[in-house]
This record gives sequence, structure tokens and C-alpha cells, in this order.
Amino acid sequence: MKLARVLGNIQATVKHEVYTGYRIMTVQPLDENLHPEGESHLAVDFAQSGPGDIVLVAVEGNASRQLFMNDQAPVHAVIEGVVDHVERGE
Amino acid sequence: MHLARVIGKVVATQKHEALEGIKLLMIQPVNHNLKPKSAPIVAVDNMQSGEGDLVAYVTGREGSLMLEENFTPVDAGIVAIVDSVNTEVAP
Amino acid sequence: MLLGKIVGTVVATRKTESLEGLKLLLVKNIDPKTNGSSVKEASGYVVAADAVGAGVGEVVLYATGSSARQTTGTNNRPVDAIIMGVVDTWDIEGETMFEKYQSVITADV
Repeated sequence: MKLARVLGNIQATVKHEVYTGYRIMTVQPLDENLHPEGESHLAVDFAQSGPGDIVLVAVEGNASRQLFMNDQAPVHAVIEGVVDHVERGE
Repeated sequence: MHLARVIGKVVATQKHEALEGIKLLMIQPVNHNLKPKSAPIVAVDNMQSGEGDLVAYVTGREGSLMLEENFTPVDAGIVAIVDSVNTEVAP
Repeated sequence: MLLGKIVGTVVATRKTESLEGLKLLLVKNIDPKTNGSSVKEASGYVVAADAVGAGVGEVVLYATGSSARQTTGTNNRPVDAIIMGVVDTWDIEGETMFEKYQSVITADV
């Protein structure tokens, strides 16, 4: 899993049926110091996240299909949790 | 999952049998500001999207799962036509 | 999927058993925004298995990752790139970028 910040969401009327009822968020990947790293992408929300939240994102098909409880779900990125804080040792 | 703009189409007559009748589109991946973020790629489509549409696509093996016959060597597939992108937080 | 041009074949006599019998091709990436008679090479290449009977010099579509194992020929085999189409043509914003059959030989009859 990687850390990311939620930027907002997208709306899509025409979509694959498995996405019905789920929110698709735009997220900005963060490095270990919570600085933006790389380009933004999309992820399906499983953690009631909102804009500004730092979240745990799995960019991985198997994890996504498990959360959808559907081994045929065409999904490859999911938000699995909202991060309260990140502690770092010295 | 990523956003992309549909910029063209690809024709291949000689192809894997599971891809017969499947539409292949050239798409330009973009970020939340709709700015290009990498080189164009080819994706399969069964959402009836067309040139100019903003779409969401899935990569990896899951990119093939929206096809009816999905034991298919496909690694990018369009899963939605995007109506709007609502950005509330600057990255 | 990415576009590539087949620039060679790869032969390996000593290899893991589950690769036996697969045709391996050397595929150079190309820039989709190429134009005109010759395709423009991009950085990067792959060694890909062939699912369509493609040959050296052809422009092909290839898929990577576990998708490459989703053919009867590569199922459960250690393959991470597969050629799944020979490209005839593609366009970007209405402009044809490549045509396989661009030269037609005309003969007097």
C-alpha cells in the first residue's frame, strides 16, 4: 500500500456495472514525507474518505477484487483506509 | 485506475482470437487537471466511447475483466466515460 | 497495451522447462505519435511471447504483466509480455499515423 492525498472525485454515468454505488476518487500519491510524488490517478473508495484526507491506497488487482468480493471486477486501485497520522523514527 | 482522453483508434486484423470484434482505442493518460502524464497507450473499450471522450481505464489483468470473454491477453481497459472531475484540494 | 516493432528473435537453449516451445521476439517500443513512412522508435524494449504468428519487421500490440498469461499457450507459464495483435493502422485526432499496407505495387496490364 502507498500513501496518497484525496483531491476530489469524478462522476461517470456510463460505467461498468460493478462500479454502481461506489465513489471514484482522484488521489495524489505521496512519498514517505507526505510530499506529492508522481502523477495523480483514480481509486475506488472503501473508507468513506473525503478531499484532503491522507489515505492508504492499494494499486493492485487482487486486493481490489477482494474488496469488491467479485473475482471478475475490473478494478485495479482502491482506497483501503484514512490515515490518522504517520509517525517516523529518527 | 487512471483518467485518459480518447485520441484515436487502432486496427489490427491479425490478432489473438479472443480479441475478435473488440474495439481498440488510442488513449492519452491524463492527471486530475487533464494534463497528459505519459505516452499514449492502447486500451480495449466496450463502453462505446469515442474520440474526444474523457474516460477512466483500468490497467493490469483487471483491464481484461470487462470483456465478456475475459481470459484474454489485455492489460488496459476502459471502464467508464467521465462526466466531470471535481477537484477540491490542490495536490 | 503498447505499440512495438519486432526487431529480432530471441533463442535460448538452456531455459526453464515451462518456457519450452514458446516463440520469443525482441520488440522495440515505438512512439504512437510517429508519422509518415517509418515508425519512430521510443526508449525501452521487451522480449515477448507471440500469440498471433507475427514476424520480424511488423508493428504489433503487446500486453504486459499477468495479462500475458491469459492465453492457452502461456497460461501458468513464466511470461510477462505477449504479442496479441499485428497492427494494420492507427490514427490520432483523425490523422493516420501508420499504415501497414502503404505501398501498393501497380503493374501494367
